[in-house]
Amino acid sequence: MSGGVDSAVAAARAAEAGHDVTGIHLALSRNPASYRSGARGCCTIEDSNDARRAADVIGIPFYVWDLSDRFHEDVVEDFMDEYAAGRTPNPCLRCNEKIKFAAVLDRALALGFDAVATGHYAQLRPGDDGLVELHRAVDDGKDQSYVLGVLDQQQLRHSLFPLGDSPKRAVREEAARRGLLVADKPDSHDICFVANGDNAGWLAEKLGDRAPNHGGEIVDSASGEVLGRHEGTYGFTIGQRRGLRIGRPAPDGKPRFVLDIEPVSGTVTVGTREELAVDRITGLDPRWCGTVPTSLTGTVQLRAHGQEHRASVTVDDDEVAIELVDPAYGIAPGQAAVIYDGTRVVGSATISATSRVDVSP
Amino acid sequence: MTEPATVYLDHAATTPMLPVAVEAMTAHLRDVGNASSLHASGRRARRVVEESRETVARALGCRPGEVVFTSGGTEADNLAVKGIYWSRRDADPRRRRVLSTAVEHHAVLDPLDWLAEHEGAEVELLPVDERGRLLVEALRESIERDPGSVALVTVMWANNEVGTLQPVDEVVRVAAAYEIPVHTDAVQAVGTVPVDFAASGVDALTLTGHKLGGPYGVGALVLRRELSVTPLGHGGGQERDIRSGTLDTPGIAAFAAAVEAAVKAQPEHAERMQGLRDDLVRQVIEAVPEAHLHGPQLERAATDRLPGNAHLGFPGCEGDSLLMLLDAHGIECSTGSACSAGVPQPSHVLLAMGCDEEQSRHSLRFSVGHTSTQADIDAVVAAIVPVVERARAARR
Repeated sequence: MSGGVDSAVAAARAAEAGHDVTGIHLALSRNPASYRSGARGCCTIEDSNDARRAADVIGIPFYVWDLSDRFHEDVVEDFMDEYAAGRTPNPCLRCNEKIKFAAVLDRALALGFDAVATGHYAQLRPGDDGLVELHRAVDDGKDQSYVLGVLDQQQLRHSLFPLGDSPKRAVREEAARRGLLVADKPDSHDICFVANGDNAGWLAEKLGDRAPNHGGEIVDSASGEVLGRHEGTYGFTIGQRRGLRIGRPAPDGKPRFVLDIEPVSGTVTVGTREELAVDRITGLDPRWCGTVPTSLTGTVQLRAHGQEHRASVTVDDDEVAIELVDPAYGIAPGQAAVIYDGTRVVGSATISATSRVDVSP
Repeated sequence: MTEPATVYLDHAATTPMLPVAVEAMTAHLRDVGNASSLHASGRRARRVVEESRETVARALGCRPGEVVFTSGGTEADNLAVKGIYWSRRDADPRRRRVLSTAVEHHAVLDPLDWLAEHEGAEVELLPVDERGRLLVEALRESIERDPGSVALVTVMWANNEVGTLQPVDEVVRVAAAYEIPVHTDAVQAVGTVPVDFAASGVDALTLTGHKLGGPYGVGALVLRRELSVTPLGHGGGQERDIRSGTLDTPGIAAFAAAVEAAVKAQPEHAERMQGLRDDLVRQVIEAVPEAHLHGPQLERAATDRLPGNAHLGFPGCEGDSLLMLLDAHGIECSTGSACSAGVPQPSHVLLAMGCDEEQSRHSLRFSVGHTSTQADIDAVVAAIVPVVERARAARR
């Protein structure tokens, strides 16, 4: 229970369904004030109090579990390493994989619980072969199956997502009806341990000596011309357009996007939107929700709240080759490619490389 | 609200109100009259307060004028620590050292930190032995290094976590030789061990209602008449001008009734609690052989330890898991450690006793009190083995 409206309603629904529910708030910050302050976010004293009050109203026991060390090791360190390597990680996936449905779930199972229920918008359905299937939520705008695409069958068997069949608006209304004071609390969108969504500022402060560089050149892909300088490659993401601070406009007057990040030399290559297009994606470290496929035709989602791309997927052991039907733009290594068959999540892989085969005239 | 099935073994956190206290409180809840008003209603309220003061004084072996009513233990500790420091420093600016122990309650430690940060105090937290008892020699050495610079000494009467009784008489002997005032936080002690203010020789003593069968939100600082204390808050000048604020007549009446009853019953009460506690410790250790008692061991417990306190370590378990699993069985105890934002921190008391961080997290404090029965102990013994097994599995 984060202290937000979704986990509060999820807990209430689970309790109402007859489960013996205990509320757990995760203390994820080593020093509750250090990562972030304010009403939104997951690590504040205020959020912990909101979660406690929600548990009171629902009438369930409530405890705070300190997972700050595990979170720092598995999520925050990973986040920094990935940026240092010029990739763009998704810490929410990592947290689900390593913390919520691993450290928390393991501890809960050992303590005699059967499952972890969260306020994620996703659906679990029984499959044909006795497996539990993970599906998109009915509310397209809120669907969070992407960040759950790292869960395997064992984890899914011990998961409950009580909100998957509801639109967000209904959840808020239900919270108000149940007397949960968090009904009006704003949604959190940013990374919970980064204050005010200032990724680059946070990384500049925290990476310190671990940053691969503290600056480098911004180079035009077509001309090879140096267009400007930057203060660290970790401030960039593939496909980024804002904040490049290139002094002069491109000769063709078109906007410039980040095409490539080279952490060792510190070079950031920029170019046109057309040059961002990719249709071949290689993914590593796949995680499968059920049976491991060899190949399939379906869709992939390449970032949180991103669109679906039609694709054919071939699996070769630990490597996943994705061929997109239509090119996608701004695909950043480090993000997850989550593979869907209709609304069903098949699995996911971490994007390691992208390319363009089919360059149309 | 405690449900009928609840096994309440957290009396050191708060203990149920005694019937005499409930009666005293309810008897005065409808009375009108500010104890500072001059009219008949005011005089009636004032009379209740002053009779209560006399009752508390009789029970504690002090003069009525030495009882300063407060909102509880934390306020009394703050008033003593800060008030005595300010007053002594103002009388002689060299007096900036405050000597205490590493195992005090946060109601003392945090004011000390504050004084160090904002008021130029030099705080020395003196070491304790492995049972949590102050090393008096360390105090003596510290004082004798420069007696003229010591503003005050504050040493708790009994530790709230592990139940260790502190050598307050020896502390007083050492400090009195240099006329250094001594404060003691006796919140855990009054009503459970004999406490006599005058005989103890301390200059200031903290007690609070809800630890001895009185209401929440009322306590007292017993303050030797001759000792000058700078007030924390300023206002109407109640309580010798030391503690302003309208007096809580029903609360004070209930507090006094509880103090009187608790102190009167103390010898039998202590004997009964000690019997239950000893049984709990023996049976739990018999059921879980790796478990061990922190603080003074049972053979010395009669003289060295609070009678109701059983602070047990369960190697390989998280205290939090144990607490949660017992809670699910209706058994209520404590990890004994302080929380910030509900995040359990390793206990500073156990760390000071030489435990490592791991050991300081694997503990539970059971504290028996006036409503405890053999059935409560039996319930713990019946539940403890599977609970420890589960908690151990959750650690892996």
